[in-house]
Amino acid sequence: MDFLSEHQPELLPGKRQLPPTQGVIEAPHGTTIVAVTFPGGVVLAGDRRATMGNMIAQRDIEKVFPADEYSAVGIAGTAGLAVEMVKLFQLELEHFEKVEGAQLSLEGKANRLSTMIRSNLGMAMQGLAVVPLFAGYDVDREKGRIFSYDVTGGRSEETGYAATGSGSIFARGAMKKLFREDLTEEQATTLVVQALYDAADDDSATGGPDVARRIYPIVTVITEGGFRRLTDEESSGIARSILERRLEQPDGPRAALL
Amino acid sequence: MSTPFYVSPQQAMADRAEYARKGIARGRSLVVLQYADGIVFVGENPSRALHKFSEIYDRIGFAAAGKYNEYENLRIGGVRYADLRGYTYDRDDVTARGLANVYAQTLGTIFSSAAEKPYEVELVVAEVGETPEGDQIYRLPHDGSIVDEHGSVAVGGNAEQISSYLDQRHQDGMSLAEALKLAVQALSRDTNGTQREIPAERLEVAVLDRTRPQQRKFKRIVGRQLARLLETDGASTEAESSEEE
Repeated sequence: MDFLSEHQPELLPGKRQLPPTQGVIEAPHGTTIVAVTFPGGVVLAGDRRATMGNMIAQRDIEKVFPADEYSAVGIAGTAGLAVEMVKLFQLELEHFEKVEGAQLSLEGKANRLSTMIRSNLGMAMQGLAVVPLFAGYDVDREKGRIFSYDVTGGRSEETGYAATGSGSIFARGAMKKLFREDLTEEQATTLVVQALYDAADDDSATGGPDVARRIYPIVTVITEGGFRRLTDEESSGIARSILERRLEQPDGPRAALL
Repeated sequence: MSTPFYVSPQQAMADRAEYARKGIARGRSLVVLQYADGIVFVGENPSRALHKFSEIYDRIGFAAAGKYNEYENLRIGGVRYADLRGYTYDRDDVTARGLANVYAQTLGTIFSSAAEKPYEVELVVAEVGETPEGDQIYRLPHDGSIVDEHGSVAVGGNAEQISSYLDQRHQDGMSLAEALKLAVQALSRDTNGTQREIPAERLEVAVLDRTRPQQRKFKRIVGRQLARLLETDGASTEAESSEEE
């Protein structure tokens, strides 16, 4: 990173001068990302829609990326900038690992991402914000952890579950009612897809499972064994079973009143 | 006032080469061999932390004999070069040939510049391909030349003796355990022909394994896995090495 800023600063985001513009720049935006911890790991998932104003820009965008073996980033906000940020973040983690011969701590990774978001503040003020969700398995503490961010790079660790993006309000509500401390990995992956379904239900910018085109949410699991992305069969299986239950109960599972 | 002696350029270069060669010969040698599923690096290294072999990029590995601070410097330079290339263009655009060229330029410049002392290092840059035919191994001696090697290569102390031993015995399509054993045999032969024992704890072993599902093919072989590979007979290793992942 320091090497890059010395030798080829034009490759770094946040170092470019923007011409003054009137109004908002139209660019594809990614929408909802959710994460849930369970004993032994963490699940990070995202829907597949990108929107540009009131138009759907892309139906099958991928917004959850492995950062390294034990962590992943889900991106909400301006897709182009976010993807570049993730690419640079991946590069930095890998570079550090190779040069130092050891991985950064999970805190270190989270802090690094925070600085990168802050460097995008100028763009964010012009409507091109990037707000990722960072999740990883902490090898030292032996548990999954989630970090959420705001546009200014403010970082906060979340306990249990977190969401970011336009549908996050609805997703968070769903997760609040469904989350328990003793989820299994399978239950956790079902929970995130439920939450994404609820987000898509109420937020026009979030895409639900698209059965006709076979586009299903991206679900990733990070445990002691490392990062794993659920195969299309697995995620379509979860999405289909949820869909089936929702045909009878459109609002999804009901929590107890008291 | 003293007048400097005239030293002919030939003599000056020969002296520098002699200096570098002596420095390299002080270190322990290491070998790089092709085997059926990739390329294996084997060397004697009492240290667990100061590695002789390391990962440069997805398919590219690095091995060095000689002075630690000098090759570490070159290694970090190589990682920077590769990461910058891969970030600017694409991961596929980082090749061992390009990296070997950069190293050759660096070593050559340092070797012939009068202001600096020549680096006492000898490097190997290896890239594993999709098939054994696609494997590339480059040896870079201290003076900045490049040698394109096939099958096996040895650098360091008594490299000549070891490589002639390996040339006679190395075959294409060896299993990992076979290649590893051959490498250890070659390394444990002393200059006077006697055999000595190198315990597994003193071995540093790494592979570029083309069968690895991950993008990054470099992997260190340590502990139990190493012991198992050293114990097994050549015949029964195929299945075992594939289930390691």
